[in-house]
Order: sequence, then C-alpha cells, then structure tokens
Amino acid sequence: MAALLVLTLLGGVALSLLKGSWPAFAHFKFAFLTREIWNPVTDQYGALAPVYGTLVTSLIAMIIAIPVSLGIAIFLTELAPAWLKRPVGVAIELLAAVPSIIFGIWGLFVLAPLLQRHVQPWLIEWLGPLPLIGKLFQGPPFGIGVLTASIVLAIMVLPFISAVMRDVFETVPDVLKESGYGLGATTWEVIWKVVVPYSRTGIVGGIMLGLGRALGETMAVTFVIGNAHRISPSLLAPGTTISASIANEFTEAVGDLYTSSLVLITFAVIAAARFMLMRLDRRALSTV
Amino acid sequence: MSRRTVRKITNYVALCLSGLATAVGLFFLGAILWTLISSGVAGMSVALFTQNTPPPGGSGGILNAIYGSVVMTLIGILIGAPIGMLAGTYLAEYGRNSRLSSVIRFVNDVLLSAPSIIVGLFIYEVLVVRMGHFSALAGAVALAVIAIPVTVRTTEDMLNLVPQGMKDASTAMGAYHWRTITSIIYPAARSGIVTGLLLAVARISGETAPLLFTALNNQFWSTNLRAPMANLPVVIFQFALSPYKNWQQLAWSGALLITLAILILSISARIAVSAGGGRQR
Repeated sequence: MAALLVLTLLGGVALSLLKGSWPAFAHFKFAFLTREIWNPVTDQYGALAPVYGTLVTSLIAMIIAIPVSLGIAIFLTELAPAWLKRPVGVAIELLAAVPSIIFGIWGLFVLAPLLQRHVQPWLIEWLGPLPLIGKLFQGPPFGIGVLTASIVLAIMVLPFISAVMRDVFETVPDVLKESGYGLGATTWEVIWKVVVPYSRTGIVGGIMLGLGRALGETMAVTFVIGNAHRISPSLLAPGTTISASIANEFTEAVGDLYTSSLVLITFAVIAAARFMLMRLDRRALSTV
Repeated sequence: MSRRTVRKITNYVALCLSGLATAVGLFFLGAILWTLISSGVAGMSVALFTQNTPPPGGSGGILNAIYGSVVMTLIGILIGAPIGMLAGTYLAEYGRNSRLSSVIRFVNDVLLSAPSIIVGLFIYEVLVVRMGHFSALAGAVALAVIAIPVTVRTTEDMLNLVPQGMKDASTAMGAYHWRTITSIIYPAARSGIVTGLLLAVARISGETAPLLFTALNNQFWSTNLRAPMANLPVVIFQFALSPYKNWQQLAWSGALLITLAILILSISARIAVSAGGGRQR
C-alpha cells in the first residue's frame, strides 16, 4: 500500500525533527525562542533573530505580492483579450517553475546592486528622517538585506497567489457579473463589489499558500539576506531567516546542541506551515 | 466633478494598475531570463560539457555536475514515480471516500508544500547519519521524497478525469477492478500522468536545499552512488557565492542550462496537457 507510505513519510519527517530538536529544547527551554544570541563558541543559541527575520521578510513579501497578484488575476480573467490570456497565463506560470536558486543569483548579482545604487540611497534620504517609519530606512545601503530578500520572495510567490486567484475568479457565475453590469456598474465596480467578495475565501486561501512558500523558502533568501544573526530595526540591514541559517550553518554544525538548535527552528516552521494549510484546507472546501 | 466622472476615472485607474501589475510580473520573468542568457552564453563552450569543475582560477566545465544532476534526478524519479502513482491510484480508485484517504490526501498536501530544506534534514537524519557520510544515493532519495507528493496529486487528478461511464462499461463486461485500472483507466489518463511526471522532474531537477545535506558536492568525476556526487544546483550555489571570476561564470552557465531544461520540460508538459485535453492544476 503505497498510500500508507506517504502517511509514514510525513510521520517520519515530523518524528525525526522532534527527536533531533529535543536536546536544544530541553537545554534552553522556552528561552530559545526569545533570545537573540547565537554563539557557537560558548554553545549559546537563541532563535529570535531567525524567527524575526522569517516573519518580517514574509510579511513584506506579502505586502508587495498581494496587490500585484490581484492585479494579474484581474487582468487575466476580466481584461485580457482571449488571444492574450493563454500566453500571459503560461508566462506567469513559468515564473513559478524557475528554480529558487536562479532567483537567488539573480537577486544577488542584478537586483541587489540595482537597489544599492539607485533605490536605497533615495529611501534613506527621503524616508529615513521621517518619524516612526524612519527607523526602517536608516543605515548604509548594503544592497543585500531584509528588503532585498523580501522583494525576491515577493517575485517568487507572485505566480502562486495569482494562479489561485485566477482560478477562483473564474468560478464566479457569469450571471452575477452580468447583473452588476446591467445595473450600470463600471468594470472596476463589478470586480471590486461582486467578483472579489464572492471569491474572498479562495483569495485568502491563495494568500496562505503564498505565505507558506515565503516562510519556507531557502536558497533565494540565503543569497540575498546577508546572514547576520541579529535583529536590526532597519530594513536595509542584513538579517537572517530560519531556513537560510539552516542552509548556511548545517554543514558546518559541530556538536549536538548546534545541530539540534537548527532542527528545532525547522520544526517550528513546519508546525506553522501545517497549521496554515489546515486553515486553508477548510476555507478552500467551503468555497469550491 | 460629477459622481459619474469620479467613477469612470476610478475605473480607468484601477484597470490600468492591474494591467501594470501583469506587466511587472512579465517584466521580472523577462529580466531573469535576459540576465541568465546574457551572462550565461559567454561561458558556453565545448569545455563546459567535456570537463570537470576546475580549481579556482583554472579552466574547466561542469561535466561532472551535469552528470550528477541527471543521475540523481533519474534515480529520484524512478523511486518516486511508482510510489506516487500507486498512491494516487489508491486515492482515486480504491479508497475514494474513505476516512483514510482524506487523511492521506491532507498529509500529501502538507508534504507538497513543506519547505524542501526540511526534506533534506529528514534524509540527513535518516540516511546520512546512519551511513556515516554524504552520498549521491541519499540525494536521490531526498529528491524522490519531493517527487512523491507531486505525482500523487497529478495522478489522482488525472484518474478522476476518466469518465465514469468507461469504468462502468469495463465492469459490466466482467473485468476485475485491477483489470479495469490497468487496461482502461491508465491508457485513458496516460497523457495526464506523463505530464505529472514531467512536472515532477522539472520540480526536483532544480532543487538545491535538500541536496546540500545529502549529496553535498564533489570536485571530481564520480559515478559512485555511495560517495558524494557533484550536481548542478549545489555547484551553482557554491560557485556563485565564491569570489573567483571563472567559478562565477560557470555558475551562470550552469544556471542558464538548468533553467532552459526546466522551462522546456514545463512547456512540453503543458503542450502534452492541451493535446490530451486534460486540465492541469
């Protein structure tokens, strides 16, 4: 029964992660999640910096990606002429097929210098002195850092979110849209007041799916985030994420505590991703 | 301004913005491809395909990495495809509505979107630590674990597309259930299943994270499955981050090769779908 094997597989994954992470958890207790320190010499580890980095990069990525993918989905379902729909749709889907490592080197060699030279000085000059949000845009323009990683992540999750959105938009019955037009609504009003509310749960599902991708993404982030185990208020400073620190430090990890600290972080991620997927599943079922 | 003008302007601006969003998405695809081609083509040469990875500063190619990637992807799909197809068949045909199937379906979806680096860690714990060293075999198994959920999903979807009437007709002729599956359902869903396999190959051939902990890398030509083996993604990762010009050039060429291969696979999978008339999610 091959189907049972699939079940065992995930069980095995979860179990081995739990077993591997136990020493770190037993040693540091809950403080592991709230400390910023990361020092292999004295065997002191805390996961706060990577956890913070993961959440912040994913959050910014979603802020960028959600409006853009909404636009793409609207364009593909409502605006594009029939001959344009298929090639554009396929092109967006191909963006999803590009391996993450390609996004990584592209981000490192093309996007990061571009941001460093043209975008970040501008951000620092104009947004840096502002109260409240000014703290986000201070410090020297490194090029690599939290902001760059977020942008790369946003590009990567774009196709996933817009594909889901397009699919749910297409399930909206034509009658609903036509009655909207019949009342004299503009195209935008039909989209915003009929199509979007009708497919709201599906949209949330797509966003969750994209968030899951962004949280777990490894290689692209490793290239551009700068891998600094500290929390800095500035978005331009280097940081680290959970999966990036696993990729960077695992092969060098010596000592059980070190390895298991990494594994523990991972376990937190998979638990979070699982929880989100569960919500997604329930929501998706109620729409489709 | 009258209310009508405001509405018309809002409409116009919003529609322009969504067109712009699409242009942004296409622009990034174009930008990435353009960078790959412009930086990768410079390194295209016969040596790229005939020589092994060089030391810093020397000249060479990425023959061993190409070989390693192909071998590990093949073994991965050979392990993953049968398991995935069988599991998909079970879900679609035998246990369609049972409680067990819905649990398996859920678990499969979790695996499908689990970060690939987790799979690498898992195989590291299970195989690499036990065997005591990194090996190509462990890399292939990690890739198989990633390929399984993809094939399960596509196989199930494709089998569900086979018309119920055909199955009923076969059963009415007195065929056993396994007979129906092997002689009627599989041939009917063949193009869809092949597409699923192609997509799975495309997915795993670009995976880097799980190979970091399993197959590692190898500077030299190696066909030993029990030893570390070079592979394209990890070579790209290491060479791109290195300070040496010739390594970076090789990384770009490798990146171009792997992206072209994956794009060709995905496009041919899509063509197979539209030729077979099925719908791919």
